[in-house]
Amino acid sequence: MQTFEYASPTTKEQAVELLGKQWGESEALAGGSDLLSLMKDFIITPKRLVNLKSIKELDGISYNGRAGLRLGALANINDIADNAQIKKEYPTLAYAAGEVAGPQIRNVGTLGGNLCQHPRCWYFRAGFGLLAKDESGQPLVPNGDNRYHAILGNDGPALYVHPSTLAPLLISLMAKVKTFGPKGAREIALDQFYLTPKADGERGNVLLPNEIVTEVIIPPPGNVRTASYEIRHREVLDWPMAMASVALTMSGKRVSAARLTLGHVAPVPWPADEAAKFLVGKTISEDVAAEAGKIAVAKAKALSRNAYKIQLAQVAVKRAILQAAG
Amino acid sequence: MAEYKWPEEGKRTHIGKRISRIDGPDKVSGRAKYTYDLNRPGMLFGKVLRSPYAHAKIVSIDLSAAEKMPGVKAVKIIQEPGTEIQWAGDEIAVVAAETEGQAEDAMRAIKVQYEKLPHFVNEQNWDTIPEANRRKPSEVASGDPAKAFAESDVVIEGNYGNEIITHCCLETHGLIAEWEDDKNLLVHQSTQSVSANGGQFAQALGMPAGNVHLKMEHLGGGFGSKFPVDRWGIEAAKLSKLAGGKPIKLMLERNSELMVAGSRPSVFAKVKIGAKKDGTVTAWESEAWGSGGVGNISFAQNLPYVFGPAMQDKKSVFSVVSTNTGPNRAWRAPNHPQACLITMSAFEDMAAELKMDPLDFFLKNLALTGTRANVYRDELLKAAEMIDWKKMWRPRGEGAPGSTKIIKRGLGLSLHTWGGGGHASDCDLTIHPDGSVELKMGTQDLGVGTRTVLTIVAAETLGLPLSGVKVHIGDNHFPVSGGSGGSTTVGGISASTRRAAVDALNIMFEKLAPAMNTTPDKLEAVGQKVQQIDNPSNSMTWQQACAKLGTQPLTTRGKNPGKETLTTGGVGGVQMADVSVDMETGIVKMNNFVAVQDCGLIIDMKTCESQVFGAMIFGVTYSLFEERIMDSQTGKMLNPNMEFYKLAGLSDIGNFKVHMMTGKGYDERGVIGVGEPPTVSPGAAISNAVANAIGVRVPNLPMTPDRVLNALATKGEKKGGKS
Repeated sequence: MQTFEYASPTTKEQAVELLGKQWGESEALAGGSDLLSLMKDFIITPKRLVNLKSIKELDGISYNGRAGLRLGALANINDIADNAQIKKEYPTLAYAAGEVAGPQIRNVGTLGGNLCQHPRCWYFRAGFGLLAKDESGQPLVPNGDNRYHAILGNDGPALYVHPSTLAPLLISLMAKVKTFGPKGAREIALDQFYLTPKADGERGNVLLPNEIVTEVIIPPPGNVRTASYEIRHREVLDWPMAMASVALTMSGKRVSAARLTLGHVAPVPWPADEAAKFLVGKTISEDVAAEAGKIAVAKAKALSRNAYKIQLAQVAVKRAILQAAG
Repeated sequence: MAEYKWPEEGKRTHIGKRISRIDGPDKVSGRAKYTYDLNRPGMLFGKVLRSPYAHAKIVSIDLSAAEKMPGVKAVKIIQEPGTEIQWAGDEIAVVAAETEGQAEDAMRAIKVQYEKLPHFVNEQNWDTIPEANRRKPSEVASGDPAKAFAESDVVIEGNYGNEIITHCCLETHGLIAEWEDDKNLLVHQSTQSVSANGGQFAQALGMPAGNVHLKMEHLGGGFGSKFPVDRWGIEAAKLSKLAGGKPIKLMLERNSELMVAGSRPSVFAKVKIGAKKDGTVTAWESEAWGSGGVGNISFAQNLPYVFGPAMQDKKSVFSVVSTNTGPNRAWRAPNHPQACLITMSAFEDMAAELKMDPLDFFLKNLALTGTRANVYRDELLKAAEMIDWKKMWRPRGEGAPGSTKIIKRGLGLSLHTWGGGGHASDCDLTIHPDGSVELKMGTQDLGVGTRTVLTIVAAETLGLPLSGVKVHIGDNHFPVSGGSGGSTTVGGISASTRRAAVDALNIMFEKLAPAMNTTPDKLEAVGQKVQQIDNPSNSMTWQQACAKLGTQPLTTRGKNPGKETLTTGGVGGVQMADVSVDMETGIVKMNNFVAVQDCGLIIDMKTCESQVFGAMIFGVTYSLFEERIMDSQTGKMLNPNMEFYKLAGLSDIGNFKVHMMTGKGYDERGVIGVGEPPTVSPGAAISNAVANAIGVRVPNLPMTPDRVLNALATKGEKKGGKS
């Protein structure tokens, strides 16, 4: 690991001061379950680590019927899974949090870290960069082993998939992210938070180098039925090959509004708006759910080795919808 | 001359019982010290710089920056400039420093210039293998296959294969090497070959074998990959000398463990098989290729598997493909899992073609297996009963009971064989005048339950409780015992221990007989007593008996002279798998998995069964999850970690049932090892179960969702085979 300076501020203002104005100078440290691994492998080599865990206001989970759910960026993944109020009001969120990785990682992992984590792309993890190019600048994913790579949003140079399994659900739940940076606080709809890099040096989200996620706000659940369906090869401690999170607002037996977001299929959590639109006014049946699955992947484009993921994404959508409809 | 035999059924106190590992509490509490856990006084840390390229020539190596780094005590080139490197991860140079971090930093400060050369790392598709990487094929044939095929009622062809997997030991390979003085080397190594490796170090270092002391208390996995002292082992010893003899700990990182510390070869085969309408198999022809990286493999003789011995008309051709990847090493039952997968898959496909229940089909062809046909028959029937085959099995693609539109359930079976006769083994058994007993042997516990087995055999023979025997293993100063490979350990160590204990008793009986007014042949040791066989009231306690030894303890040397009454070789086994396949996602779930296995006389039923359970877990893992994934472009392994080198977790393995064949016909064969045979069948049994469930063959292991969905999409069309 490269030698680094360690700072442990107690306010978010101090944290922003301590974080560098340029990428690469510093990294914000929360649970550290991934950052430390990346540092040990020299994939990320900050000169300074800014520990966020001593900033009290970034922590906490609170709920009220009018404002909804407030999750501090430092909210622990296991705490989210075990929280009685979340279990009652947002059972799918509690469930999805409980499905993240394994107990050891959930015990240190934070919501902010989960949302801001780096991709698992094995070329990135081997040191070939986010856009995965070899020493001569040749892209490695198109002709390489891309069995776990993107099937949607893969027209540009970024072909990895975003690894968060909570982001698709939170997007379907209309969550907003609050951030704090040099210009103060910002509030960003989570579906506007992620970016697909188009060139070297570009990042996967809108954060500035010295800006941090402070909290996530989820509106009150209302009359919404939700589900997250992950297709994982192993039962536990495995990334989904595809997943879908759905939130259906019901009016009697019919869907009056729908939000559908896919995960592990694109460099960002992928909104399946057309499939969601299709659901509006429908009574959920096996056929309707299957049709929504087809629509959700209509624009998918397989790389050389991941055509099967189109099928999996389609199935994830179908099953999430059926599960939500109960 | 003493007669050595095992006690008969009914006269066994410990043997064959269900006894927990005596070192189990140490292992689960963390008291047991593995090599990785040891820290020696003044210890330095070694790190190896490895080649980032799969094929390259070393142009230059500059150690100067590394040598000046803080904490660095020694830096050394392993492969000199000019050397052609043949795989990514090969050793270039090694450093020793005071902390692991310093060693890592210094390792990264070594400057190496390479001249990159073209590489080839993926051998799965025959058509893309360069001519230069195909070695001359070997062929094994008998009879007239062409004629036999022409006379067959049905002939089918199929493609079957498996990817390269690695050993992935949870305790990585490595050692601590230190010089006790100018002449004497002390090594703590994680190895499956305690007795032999001192000599191996000595040979490599040009010193007398007697000057190397090698120790190991506990071993965290080997599976065939931990025999050698390894180049990094030799280098650690040399580096220690450069560093003034200080201990150097050099344990492989997880990625190195997966890249360079051993792999199981791939095999891909195109098979043609012929049969009569009644299900009798008449002919076999296979053309296969496979790779052990830069290593060589010999495989043609392994096909057809188990059914080969009595098959008249057969031909097997095998081409070795060399790739720029690390060399293969022995992996639990080398060649057998691959050969079993190919053979049993082809047999099951033929059964499906003939619309026969594979159980009937396999039973019908048992004569082809030769001398063990009756054992297989008993085992097949027992396994079928355990998994409820007759009730559960349905013709291919129909789905076993419990199937739905989306979830299809299926059953599959396989059989296998292995040797497992005891290896050469010496031990010293000492009876102290106070009645305590010690056993010393230069063996190791690769998972056998070595300490437990030795304790059971010695205690059984001497008529003592298990607590009456203390066992010392894991030191090459103890009497020489073989490396743990080929499932030879339990047979070897049980035989030598039994003989040492019998000899010791005979010496004691000689001494005691006059005082007990009888003759030595009339005495026996049972229930912590020495007594007259036909007059048990004429007895003395074990303590009293031992006190008669005088002041000098009695030590006897036990030797396993090879296969005789105490250990023989040759076992059979049958496994049946019951799986559910999600037809929409291609995910295979294990429901039930049954193993029936013979291995002669069982010393400890519990550790024996747990070896079979372990083998089944391995089997599920390599059938569904494990594969080494190489990048064709960079020549690097893409999954040298436990995130994407996937191993099954507890929730993935399903329910296991194990039945060991014991009693008449088995016990009198003596003790035979069981570590390897049950790892052979899982691939075939699970592949057959999947084919039975979904109606088409998934040609290659592991049966990952993409492979299952591809098989469904192409409806099992034959393609990609060698033509």
